[in-house]
Amino acid sequence: MSAMNSEESGYFGAFGGKFIPEALVAAVDEVAAEYGKAKADPAFATELEELLVHYAGRPSALTEVPRFARHAGGARVFLKREDLNHTGSHKVNNVLAQALLTRRMGKPRVIAETGAGSHGVATATACALFGLKCTVYMGEVDTRRQALNVARMRMLGAEVIPVTSGSRTLKDAINETFRDWVANTDTTHYIFGTVAGPHPFPAMIRDFQRIIGVEARRQILERAGRLPDAAVACVGGGSNAIGLFHAFLPDQDVRLIGCEAAGHGVETGKHAATLSAGEPGILHGSRSYVLQDEEGQITEPCSISAGLDYPGIGPEHAYLHEIGRGEYRPVTDDAAMQAFRLLASTEGIIPAIESAHALAGALDVGAELGPDGLILVNLSGRGDKDMDTAARYFERNAT
Amino acid sequence: MSGNIRLLADTLARAGKENRAALIAYLPAGFPTVDGGIAAIQAALYGGADVFEVGLPHSDPVLDGPVIQTADDIALRGGVRIGDVIRTVREAYRATGKPVLVMSYWNPISRYGIERFARELAEAGGAGCILPDLPVQESAAWRDRATKLGLATVFVAAPSSTGPRLREITAAGSGFVYASSLMGVTGARAADGEAAPTLVRRLREVTDLPVCVGTGISNAAQAARVARYADGVIVGTALVKAVLDAPDEAAALTAVKTLTAELAEAVRRT
Ligand SMILES: Cc1ncc(COP(=O)(O)O)c(C=O)c1O
Repeated sequence: MSAMNSEESGYFGAFGGKFIPEALVAAVDEVAAEYGKAKADPAFATELEELLVHYAGRPSALTEVPRFARHAGGARVFLKREDLNHTGSHKVNNVLAQALLTRRMGKPRVIAETGAGSHGVATATACALFGLKCTVYMGEVDTRRQALNVARMRMLGAEVIPVTSGSRTLKDAINETFRDWVANTDTTHYIFGTVAGPHPFPAMIRDFQRIIGVEARRQILERAGRLPDAAVACVGGGSNAIGLFHAFLPDQDVRLIGCEAAGHGVETGKHAATLSAGEPGILHGSRSYVLQDEEGQITEPCSISAGLDYPGIGPEHAYLHEIGRGEYRPVTDDAAMQAFRLLASTEGIIPAIESAHALAGALDVGAELGPDGLILVNLSGRGDKDMDTAARYFERNAT
Repeated sequence: MSGNIRLLADTLARAGKENRAALIAYLPAGFPTVDGGIAAIQAALYGGADVFEVGLPHSDPVLDGPVIQTADDIALRGGVRIGDVIRTVREAYRATGKPVLVMSYWNPISRYGIERFARELAEAGGAGCILPDLPVQESAAWRDRATKLGLATVFVAAPSSTGPRLREITAAGSGFVYASSLMGVTGARAADGEAAPTLVRRLREVTDLPVCVGTGISNAAQAARVARYADGVIVGTALVKAVLDAPDEAAALTAVKTLTAELAEAVRRT
């Protein structure tokens, strides 16, 4: 793919780059250089593999969900069970790798942003394991809707700082983490949580999440005897989605379908469907699609899912969207919550609300494909953190 | 009409001849209102600022501390538009004849249109732009337009900048180079110690551009210290704070004028 060609300079087609203040350039370049060295060092791969297997519990299972699939046009549906990883989501894949990098750079402190808290919990976990000081920035709205994860992070020894600027959600948490980083680059590594941000984060974190698709491709070939018709994932910044998609990029017959949060509906303006409704722009250090007004001010996103409630998206997704290799669909709060309950009641698996967007997408894709269809869905996380939000949602929307 | 890069250069040179650093003041446009902002900027220029940086308020000011964030927020809630920023530049320049630059994050300008923004800024009598999150490597299209229209492009150098980067920044930049005195967002803490003088010395080894020092200078004593080795002293957060702390607009104008007068006195080297 031509996506590979300019990756070294941080570009996926016209998207990516490094739109950062000069004060961060040295720190960001240091991360790129350290990652370059680590990639060439077999000891890094070995150490990471040890952690992924014996600490995080990889490979994650692939589960067929036939009772759920009856609602998906009768297509066969397999779930890649990132929810079963230690800490409960795919975020741990990236975090363990970046914690190793932090140690290689000799930095004693880590900062991170979090939306749903999954990335924050994973980061706090790795910091406990590696003996690193940890500060997590989280939008104040999200500290309330994901209170369980705040408690987990604090139990793990992290300092959690509620962010009260802007929309008080993920975007603002990222702003605040960058502000911390600018002042503390000497001692601190920023473990960015998704495939957005300045180069090298989008490509590096993609590499760390790539294992999802590598495993799933092998597993589904073994179990179903063929490649899926579609690989489906939810898209916030896009790390679990690119992690699933990347191994399938050369498989032109496998459709890559990203499910964006459509909130109350794209037509209402209250959504976080960046590729469906945004336009090219710069946010958090790279050029990609963003939700913005006609003067380049970022607009406030809206989603029931804290992890998808973000007005940007990783540049590689913008590229896959532009060349037509990726299909990006909006999924409303309501559709996601129906799928959330459906998976719980038919299969005994409570998904994260983020992942429920992918499940809702899979129901539609299954209906389109019919009974011969084969669908692979990334179940990016588990729903324990979401029980309050779900209870409140179903109370409000009692049928 | 062409932009005022020459006026900027002459102003900085004249300050040097008068044995003082130039005083460069910053306030965002539209803060607390568009007209109130224009009045505050004019007060700073009448109070003794040599050059003005008009901030273009942004929804996501990642490089700014809480004080400027608050000001941007007030401006955006008040509905400030890019057209208002241009008008602010025009009125500040017209009233005082002093060089006026725009300081902006890149996305608003990129979205508004490079050509359109540059043309409107030059027509308003603007002297150029400071673009703190536009890296040199991404700046060719902007610089091309800016150069043709007589606008300066000011890049920021940081204490962490490597030697090769300082060379790149100063080779691409025009007007002056903005030396950030510390690692951190605006208004974060006082600039102390050796970071700023060291950076200025390193810059002088690679460029003849004037070197102006900013971030972390909030009072006359700090301004006086920096004025000994820098061509310009940039003050932003302290002025924003003066406006925020004032009980009403009249008091804000007085506070801005008083503070700039103190700072203008402090940047004299004798
Ligand atoms: C379980 C889960 N899935 C998905 C996401 C969205 O992130 P990304 O798009 O980077 O996978 C999050 C983010 O918090 C999450 O917690």
